[in-house]
Parts: sequence; structure tokens; C-alpha cells
Amino acid sequence: MSARAWRLTKVGAEIAVPIAILLAWQAWTASAHQARFPRPTTILVEFQKLWLFSEFGQHVVPSLERIGAGFVLGAVIGVALGIPLGLSARARRAATPHIEYWRAMPPPALLPISIILAHSIADRQKISFIAFVCIFPVLLNTIDGIRGIDPTLIDTARSYGVPQREHIRRIVLPAAFPQIMAGLRNSLALAVIMMVLTEYFSSTNGVGYVLLISKNTFQLVPMWASIVLIGVLGYVLNLGFLLVERRVLAWHRGWRAALPE
Amino acid sequence: MLEISHVGKTYGSGARETRALADIDLTVVERELLCVVGPSGCGKTTLLKCVGGLLRPTTGEVRLHGRRVTEPPEEMALVFQDYSRSLMPWTSVRNNVLLPLRHKKLARSERARLVEDALEAVGLTRFIDHYPWQLSGGMQQRVAIARALAYQPSILLMDEPFASVDAQTRGDLEDLVLNVREQYGVTILFVTHDIDESVYLADRIAVLTHSPTEVKELIAVDLPSPRDQIATKELAEFARLRGHVYRLIKRERPAAGDLAAEQALAAVHPET
Repeated sequence: MSARAWRLTKVGAEIAVPIAILLAWQAWTASAHQARFPRPTTILVEFQKLWLFSEFGQHVVPSLERIGAGFVLGAVIGVALGIPLGLSARARRAATPHIEYWRAMPPPALLPISIILAHSIADRQKISFIAFVCIFPVLLNTIDGIRGIDPTLIDTARSYGVPQREHIRRIVLPAAFPQIMAGLRNSLALAVIMMVLTEYFSSTNGVGYVLLISKNTFQLVPMWASIVLIGVLGYVLNLGFLLVERRVLAWHRGWRAALPE
Repeated sequence: MLEISHVGKTYGSGARETRALADIDLTVVERELLCVVGPSGCGKTTLLKCVGGLLRPTTGEVRLHGRRVTEPPEEMALVFQDYSRSLMPWTSVRNNVLLPLRHKKLARSERARLVEDALEAVGLTRFIDHYPWQLSGGMQQRVAIARALAYQPSILLMDEPFASVDAQTRGDLEDLVLNVREQYGVTILFVTHDIDESVYLADRIAVLTHSPTEVKELIAVDLPSPRDQIATKELAEFARLRGHVYRLIKRERPAAGDLAAEQALAAVHPET
């Protein structure tokens, strides 16, 4: 089999398997007549009715805004804290127990108190909660990435008298960037999860809110349509992130491929 | 111009104390190329880092133009052995050479000119927009040399710069160093473990003892300039000097105690 035919087969399988699963599901639900498991076609029709695009602005846009704002805020704080902690062993020593403690805390345990601390049940609370959870993967990966910078590179910069600000901008951040990106990807996935979670509590809009309300009112088809949408959101966001990563880390792949080992 | 007086460096303390450098006395004269050779593991890199202001000597001091070196001086540039690790893989050759110039008070056009001139001097003009890892090892080391030249140092410190390139490339790079030295009028302190290389390049050679290190002998190299990879190496004087340096280093067989010290040193300070 030629390489091209092999690649086509692989791509074909990637597409064919989900389609086969959907068809099987459809066949089963069509004969089973289970209210809890509506037919995929019914869900898709509902999906289109709800999300394309009558309720899109009402519920999907606020959810996306929460994900976006929380993720960006968490990422900025994570990198900003990670730089001094990555550079200074003393600061790292002092901070590690705190980071480990809050990182080990399951985020839902903090949701109630976030309402009191943020003095809000609106976007401020939701965004700050998402941001808080997003900090940790970015923070830990920034610290690790900076610690892993080649000492030769640091000596080089020092011997040329590169000032601290330039050093961070031109050496530290780019060198740690591949690992920071890995942290960002984890945080983005967490942001989607936390978006749904925050919208379960005292919310008036958002995809998570629609999901919860549909369930509470036994509207099972909209509930399924919401689940499908959340899955699609997570998938598309991750895909978009990977595309960005491919571009900005093109050097990293080339460099790794050129390494002698 | 550069005075190294009674420089000693000790790592660790108490039972784990390791003396890398005992007492190094050495003066580098304006515009000369001084090679430092010594048995492997004798602390050549430690010495160079002390000279470059990256390490603080435990005893003694280094003076450049009469001023004591406590941090990397602006008139000094360092070229490391490990070119692939001293270049930034995420940016172009141009930006790598530009790195030490960004914080100098220069006009933008002046910076660009320095970068282009330095890359021309090492024959890499065509590769200015490549990534370093797209180039061969020898070319990468040329980038590191260009970066040092663009910085316009009065003294260039080179730490076994050609130890990880093949013999052919090595010869070319040695000649490149001799050429740019003329062109830029720069003083060079060149650390190597390769005896042929030291004789070929140097105006003077400082032979080091085993660790704890001292200067064993200073040798003036009186070979005609310009040097030539074939003709110079065929001269009787070249053979004599080479043999002389070889004997000095060979006599520096480490005693059993020294070996233990060397291992201890490697444990606390892997790069020496």
C-alpha cells in the first residue's frame, strides 16, 4: 500500500468510526423509544433550533465570554507569578507549599466561597473562579519551563550584560514558551469545565444554565442538545489552540528535529 | 590589558571542599592571542568564568584595563564551547547576533550594520534569516563568533570553541579566528585542550598544571604570520613547540589523590 493510500485510509477511519457510532445509536434509539435517549436526529434538529442561532447570543456568547476572560486572566496571572518563582529558588521554596495546597483543592469545593469573596453571583464571580482554576497549570509549567532553561544560555546573556527586563523578554519567556503553551492548553480545558460548573449555580444565562434548567424541567432533548454543544465547544477550542500552537511553536519542532540525539 | 593575579577558586566547604584553581597568575597583553592549555579537568572553564566575571574567584582578582572585574565587563565577550546551547533556537541568526546590541545606546541603523558586518566577517551573510538549528555545527559556532564580534569587545574569551566540530571545519574556524582578529583588532584569550590548535593559533601559550591549577609554563610562540594550516604545521619550530607542550602536559599525569579530587570536582561542578 502506498503512503498516500495509507494516509487516506487512516483519515477515512477517523471519519468513518464516529459516523458508524452515530448510525448505530440512531438505529437503536429509533427502535427503543426511550425518552431518556432521544434519537440523534431529534437532538440535531433541537441543536439547530437552539444554538444555530436563536439562543446563541443569549446563552453561548456569555459562556464563551466567561471562558475567554477567565482563561486570559488566569494565564496572565500564572505567567506573571511563574516568572519570579522560576527565576528565584528562594521564592520558589517559600511559595511551593501554598501552590501545592491550592492546586490539590478540588475546584468545586471553592465555588461557594467564591460567591462570598467576589461579592457577586454574576460574571465577576464566574470569571474570577475560572481564572483562579486556570492559574495553576500555567503557573507550574511556567516555573518548570524557566527552571529548565539551559545554563549556557543564561551565562551567555549575563556575559553580554543583557539587562533583566530584556533577559526576561528575549530569553526567559521564549525559552519557557513551549512549556507555557502546554500549561495553557490544560488551562483552556479546565476553563470549559469551570464554565459549566459556575453556570450551575445562581446563573441566569449560559450553556451550563440551559443544561441544568432543561434537566430540572425534564426537557430531555434540549438537555442533550446542550451536552452536544458543550462537547463541540471544548473540541473546537482545543483544535483552535492546537492550530495556534503549530504556528507559534514551529521553531520548536524544527529545533527538536535538528537535535543530534 | 588583562591581569589575572593570584586567582584561586574553591568549591564547597568543609569535607567536600574542592580546590579547582590554586593560584593563577597571568597577564594578557593588548592585541595578543594567548592560548591556555592544560590536562582535561584542570579547571580551564572555571578560570575563564572567573575572568569573564561569571564566577567570583575565592582568592585573588582579575583586572581589565586596571579595573577590577566583579561582573561581566562591557569590553569583554565570551564564546562557549557548546554553540547549540548558547544560541537561541526560537529566533533568526540576525536576532541572535543582535541580542547583545539591543541594550547598547546605538542607532537602529548602526545596530543593523554591526550585525551585517559581523556576519559578513564570518561568511554567513546568506544565512542571516535562517534559524540557527538549520545550520551545521561549524556554522552555528560562526554565528556565536559573529555575535561576539558585533558586541565590539576589546577582548574575546573563547572556551574550547571548536571542541565539538569535525577536524576539517575546525581548521577553517581557526583561520577565521586569526582573520577576524586582524580585522577587528581584538585581544583573544583562547582556552583549548588541543595542543596543535594552541600552537597554531597562539602568540603565547600558558600551560596549566593539574587541579588545583597553577600556570606551569608560559611559552612564546615565534611562528611566522600569517599562519597556514599546511605550511605552518610543517615547520620544524611547530613540531618542536608541539612536542614541548605535549611533554609538559603529559607529565601532568594525575596522581591518585588528584583523581579523587577531580571526581569530587566533577560532582559539585559538572561543567569543569
